[in-house]
Amino acid sequence: MADAMLSVRGLNAHYGRAHILHDVELHLARGEVVALLGRNGAGKSTIMKSIMGLLPRRRGRIEFHGRDVGPLRPYQISRLGLAYVPEERRIFAGLTVLENLEVGRRAGEGSADPWTPERLFALFPNLGERRRADGARLSGGEQQMLTVARALMGNPQAILLDEPSEGLAPIIVEQMANAVKALKAAGLSILLSEQNLYFAHQVSDRAYVVDRGRIRYEGRLDAIMADENIRRAHLAV
Amino acid sequence: MDLSFFVNQALTGLASASSLFLVASGLTLIFGVSRIVNFAHGSMFMLGAYAAATVYGPIVSALGPAIGPWLAMLAAAVAVGLIGVVVEVLLLRRLYHAPHMLQILATFGIVLIVQDAVVLIWGYDQIVGPRIPGLRGAVTIFGQRFPQYELFMLFIGPVVFAGLWLLLHRTRWGTLVRAATRDREMADILGVDQAKLFTTVFFLGAALAGLAGGLQWPREPANIYLDTRVILEAFVVTVIGGLGSIGGALLASIIIGLLQAFGILLFPKSTLVLVFAVMAVVLMVRPWGLLGRPEPQAVSDLAETKTAPPAHRYAAHAFAVALAILLVLPLFAPDYVVKLATQAIIFALVAFSLNFIVATGGILSFGHAAFFGLGAYAAAIAVKSHGASTGLALLAAPVLAGLVALGVGWFIVRRTGIYLAMLTLAFAQILWSVAFQWVEFTGGDNGIVGVYMPGWASQTGAYYYLTLAFCGIAVALIWRIMFAPFGYTLRAGRDSALRCDAIGIDVRRHQVLAFALAGSAAGVAGGFFTFLKGGVDPSLLSMDISADALIMSLLGGVQTVVGPLVGGAAFTFLKAYIMPVTDQWRLVLGIVIIVLVLAFPRGIVGFINARSGWFGGAKSEAPVASTGEKLA
Repeated sequence: MADAMLSVRGLNAHYGRAHILHDVELHLARGEVVALLGRNGAGKSTIMKSIMGLLPRRRGRIEFHGRDVGPLRPYQISRLGLAYVPEERRIFAGLTVLENLEVGRRAGEGSADPWTPERLFALFPNLGERRRADGARLSGGEQQMLTVARALMGNPQAILLDEPSEGLAPIIVEQMANAVKALKAAGLSILLSEQNLYFAHQVSDRAYVVDRGRIRYEGRLDAIMADENIRRAHLAV
Repeated sequence: MDLSFFVNQALTGLASASSLFLVASGLTLIFGVSRIVNFAHGSMFMLGAYAAATVYGPIVSALGPAIGPWLAMLAAAVAVGLIGVVVEVLLLRRLYHAPHMLQILATFGIVLIVQDAVVLIWGYDQIVGPRIPGLRGAVTIFGQRFPQYELFMLFIGPVVFAGLWLLLHRTRWGTLVRAATRDREMADILGVDQAKLFTTVFFLGAALAGLAGGLQWPREPANIYLDTRVILEAFVVTVIGGLGSIGGALLASIIIGLLQAFGILLFPKSTLVLVFAVMAVVLMVRPWGLLGRPEPQAVSDLAETKTAPPAHRYAAHAFAVALAILLVLPLFAPDYVVKLATQAIIFALVAFSLNFIVATGGILSFGHAAFFGLGAYAAAIAVKSHGASTGLALLAAPVLAGLVALGVGWFIVRRTGIYLAMLTLAFAQILWSVAFQWVEFTGGDNGIVGVYMPGWASQTGAYYYLTLAFCGIAVALIWRIMFAPFGYTLRAGRDSALRCDAIGIDVRRHQVLAFALAGSAAGVAGGFFTFLKGGVDPSLLSMDISADALIMSLLGGVQTVVGPLVGGAAFTFLKAYIMPVTDQWRLVLGIVIIVLVLAFPRGIVGFINARSGWFGGAKSEAPVASTGEKLA
């Protein structure tokens, strides 16, 4: 994949003595939405944390825009234009919605039309109504929107979304799917991890199936949805 | 007490509260983002006073009395802020991922270095401050005269609080600081360069301490004891207010300021005790301080330390040789060396018992001197005031120390991490101030002298063997317990209290018993120390002894069984041979600590072990060495 924005090759990661990721290879092209599918504990989140430099022990080559980000600290990776939205959301308690957005604010390279709180409130109307509320007092859905919005404030070119639909009410899941589509339309590359096949199918161009720390399959969502064997072997609970 | 006197006393208390708030706000700000308990913060205060003393004359003569004094204070604050930056960049930045124990010791190293540096630069004599032009007089409040400068001090605290509040809530920098205080990794993920942020926070924090020191100078001469007094008060304030909370620091400063102003009327001798007692009560009711938040980190620093028994046959050989040397030492060594060796054995037990609760129990104690000193005082008082026999005195030492440790332990194990460490320090300081202030019972500053062994045991060699035998028994007992089911349970509780709870283990009960055992062992050491030195004084209960004990563990190897024994002995001999040749023992010790923390966090035995594996544990494991994981 020559025009890959994000390329991961031979990625291995460990927690203590446990070897979690085995030779993971994946690519994300400009403007593409790719899903990581897999069960709980398959290694989806670990892949994302490894890419962001949040795990002390990892091996392999991770390139963003052709640049090796292996030796970089998370803040440096973030400043290159790669954002990460953690599964746990990690809203700053004690800071208002606007202040949470402020922490993420950073002028992205060459973004002619930078994200502002107002543009983000247009994308996530619920947040706009609560702009002065303490981040800790938001509902789960609002927190999920805020954590995505906060990452966008850095004007990234690619974004890692860890379980964006997890634990959300169906109507919020729908809003989140629309937001992801809007981001894709705005030209962002998105790597998202999902257990919800239907959510992934709505938004993604293709997917990697992750199981026990390895990439087991790569292909279009339709193909995965149609293939009973893959679903039973690697996705069904 | 009439109204005018009451008001005056309250105003005095509030003026002190202002000064206290300036120091504590910097400390709590630094803790908030860096999670480092900065012992060197009091040193920054002291440096502020001396810096003001240095620049005041030249600046006032250049710029005149109207703005000169204030610019001098500001210059002192900026200078101290820059010193804070140097400390952060050169030392603390390398320790953000290190265990609390190493962080605390490193900042304690700075304390020692600054103490000697101040003496080298400014000498021992105190420097009396000026009376600030324009604020020399007094105002009359309810018929009582109140100094204008005190009135000015009274306002400076609220002004600084308002300024800090605006800075933290109305600027991008402040938003980033508050975000990093909540979750610094998430701030990192969002592109915030923590190294830069921390450096600026250290600048501000140190500058606030420097400003407080400078402003204190007209009230109190610059002297070499300012650092210790201020750091303890600032700790109390930040702990009562809640670590990381600026509002809490203000509230607690006012409480402590008033407590001191009125406490001195009620209990003239026991203001220190009162202050620490209030802190203990607050933590009982509100574990995280008045306005603090629960600390997420409840896992011990030394989680998953594998203290395996030394198994290799070389270890057995090494022990045999060491024991043989210990047994024949008095036969050929001069008296001076035998006495020193006796002291080395005593401190080996102190360090060993401390390391038992720190490494095996996961209880970071910064007040082990309490039990060493208690044992020492118990023995001395038993002999001097009650005419007890020496045998009874030596028995009283561990019994009293153990009983007090049981009570203290019951209290402190209800807290974790830094709050626990601060509580142990608080208890040790309470005992220290009791020993210092209760002159009739303890002899006060002079202590108790003339406590010697009678008859045969007074001979240096005989007393050496006696000490070796009893301290040896204590070490053997703890060693045995470390590898008994009790010790394994302790370790399990250290690594995951939650899982232990779930399988029905009462973690706290085990921790309390371990704490009492360690306290009792330190009491044994204290008792023998009394008869070795022929007396006691309050310094045995001081923070320095507690720190020394931790340094001994670190020197020998925190994560090894024999390390603290080796460290205790090595430290005693090093100190005895280095101290006479230099006046700057503290400087040397401070540098040694910092080198140890940065370069050899595994200590002597850990270092040998990593290469040979002789003294148990896996060779490759080095969790403490995680200091290598740098931020920059």
